[in-house]
Amino acid sequence: MSYNFNFTPIWNNFDLLLQGALVTLQLSATTMVFGLLVGLVGASLKLWGPRPGRWIATGYVDFIRNTPLLAQLFIVYFGLPSLGVRISAETAAVIGLTIYMGAYATEIVRAGITAIPKSQIEAGRCLGMSHWQVFRYVIVFPALKTVYPALTSQFVLLMLGSSLVSLISAKELFHVAAYLDSRTFLPFEIYLVVSLMYLAMSLGFRVLFRVVGHFAFAKT
Amino acid sequence: MSLIRIENVHKSFGDLAVLNGVSLDIEEGEIVTIIGRSGSGKSTLLRCINGLEKVQSGEIWADGVQVNDPATNLRLLRQRLGIVFQSYNLFPHLTVERNITLAPQVVQKRAAADVRQVAVDVLRQVGLESKIDAYPIQLSGGQQQRVAIARSLAMAPKVMLLDEITSALDPELIGDVLKVLEDLARQGMTMVLVTHEMGFARRVSSQVVFMHEGRVWESGPPDRIFTKPETPELATFIQSVL
Amino acid sequence: MFRDFGVDEVGLLLKGAQWTVLLSFIAFIGGSIVGLVVAAVRVVGPRSLNALATGYIQAVQGTPLLGQMFLFFFGFSIMGLEVSAWVAVSVSLILFSGAFLGDIWRGCIQAIPQTQWEASSCLGLGFFQQMRYVILPQALRIAIPPTVGFFVQIIKNTSLAAVVGFVELLRAGQMVTAATFKPFTVYLAVALIYFALCYPLSLWSRHLERKLNVAHSH
Repeated sequence: MSYNFNFTPIWNNFDLLLQGALVTLQLSATTMVFGLLVGLVGASLKLWGPRPGRWIATGYVDFIRNTPLLAQLFIVYFGLPSLGVRISAETAAVIGLTIYMGAYATEIVRAGITAIPKSQIEAGRCLGMSHWQVFRYVIVFPALKTVYPALTSQFVLLMLGSSLVSLISAKELFHVAAYLDSRTFLPFEIYLVVSLMYLAMSLGFRVLFRVVGHFAFAKT
Repeated sequence: MSLIRIENVHKSFGDLAVLNGVSLDIEEGEIVTIIGRSGSGKSTLLRCINGLEKVQSGEIWADGVQVNDPATNLRLLRQRLGIVFQSYNLFPHLTVERNITLAPQVVQKRAAADVRQVAVDVLRQVGLESKIDAYPIQLSGGQQQRVAIARSLAMAPKVMLLDEITSALDPELIGDVLKVLEDLARQGMTMVLVTHEMGFARRVSSQVVFMHEGRVWESGPPDRIFTKPETPELATFIQSVL
Repeated sequence: MFRDFGVDEVGLLLKGAQWTVLLSFIAFIGGSIVGLVVAAVRVVGPRSLNALATGYIQAVQGTPLLGQMFLFFFGFSIMGLEVSAWVAVSVSLILFSGAFLGDIWRGCIQAIPQTQWEASSCLGLGFFQQMRYVILPQALRIAIPPTVGFFVQIIKNTSLAAVVGFVELLRAGQMVTAATFKPFTVYLAVALIYFALCYPLSLWSRHLERKLNVAHSH
């Protein structure tokens, strides 16, 4: 192999890559929170909503989970403007990822709530608690403990999936990579370094989540 | 030489010492029942006999082979030592017949026609010929346990090891299983049982072994053990179970 | 003058969908072979190979598929090999799928209770006999629902091939959009075609899982 690897221009621009990584993290965190809120609404609709609400929530979840994220992002970024809605790339990225995350969060939250044994809820009601009190004191914490692994794994998937928003011009880590490629023409080195950065972030988060989970749920 | 010889065996799980110097001899044709409280090491001892558990020191000999020797071919030995577990452990994806004929066919390399006949014979012994084509999930616990006994018998073992085989069964199903064991005993099968069924132990055993704190505390013929305990621990145990 | 979005355009999308389906099968079959090797290594392999397999799975599961595809796309030309988009994309998807399938299948093998190993061992069966007659048949039944579920993931992941110029469904959508200037309609149609491919499989996977749970609860 007569190719000479050249990583120097990449180290020279490492601060740009770090900025890109920061945007990736911000994007992931923001859409995780929004997605979780959507998930809470979706799960509530599926569990306790009126029939049309249940259908809408189910239709939403099934549609998002059976179509590619990239196609969804294209619909938001390229499709909405043709209907008269003007949005920036960053906004489209947030909307697209939130809608995506929301569908998965709906299923995760729903599974967490249904995992609570009915007997627990009955006990709460028999002690005179209202629906809201039962939700707050009997359901929330145990459900959170059940869904914690699924939610944290979904966060990592979301973070990896956020790389796709580079294709709708949102300026996160992958976008920086493409920019550097156009300047240095060293795509292999660039994408290798970027992939390793993602690997470091995903492994780092896995460890962090495991530690946090251990402390948060230790006494139960 | 005894069919099974256990000499000064010590076994721990990590820091927990479970067997603290157990010695026991079992002759051919004997029915030995091991009794004792939970945690006294009874099941662990049984599982050491066919090498499912490893011992830290001491010797175990079964049918002339040293079980705890790392060089021993356990696969060969296990064809002569039948074991039946508390949770039956039948193969759920195979019919009763296939559960029984699998090992004779692939391990002992016997012909298909022969092993089918063997299956019919052992199922008759346990009273379940009609269930030969059923799947384990279609059987009651007691029936599954009898199939498990039949499965071990099909290998024509010299010794049967039975690890609390009625403990997981509903009371009304235990009787059928015990009847099978009594028939086996009458036919001269050497058996080592860990059990809580004291009435059965007293009726059928040739030797009863009381284990306490990982040791053989007392052993002897059933009448003596159940009516004239020599140690306070055995006396307390007898009182609590009868 | 722009084209209208009509039957012809849908036909173009469906032609792209053909390649989506073909690529999905290539990724699945190739990935299954890789996955079997990976699962076998992780269950019985020597420690060094086991570490290699684990490293491979972590690398694939911890980096974006887009990056992996780019690495293969550019990596081949660095090695002096001129490969078509087909080859680059297929290799990338096969290695991606192999890591996930291997992990799923290893989990299924390890889900078989220790007691099944004990019972078969105590009947005198050797390791390969245990695998062949007792463990693998049961592991296979457990593995089918998540494997079908992962096939859905594969179909969705083929959409990334559009980025390296491979003409499958999404890329066909980009081309039709360029001709008709109706992005919303076109991409919605693209999404619906993906949905038509994926949803039946998702339903089937859920059905298989329910059947499995019913069969196991006694």
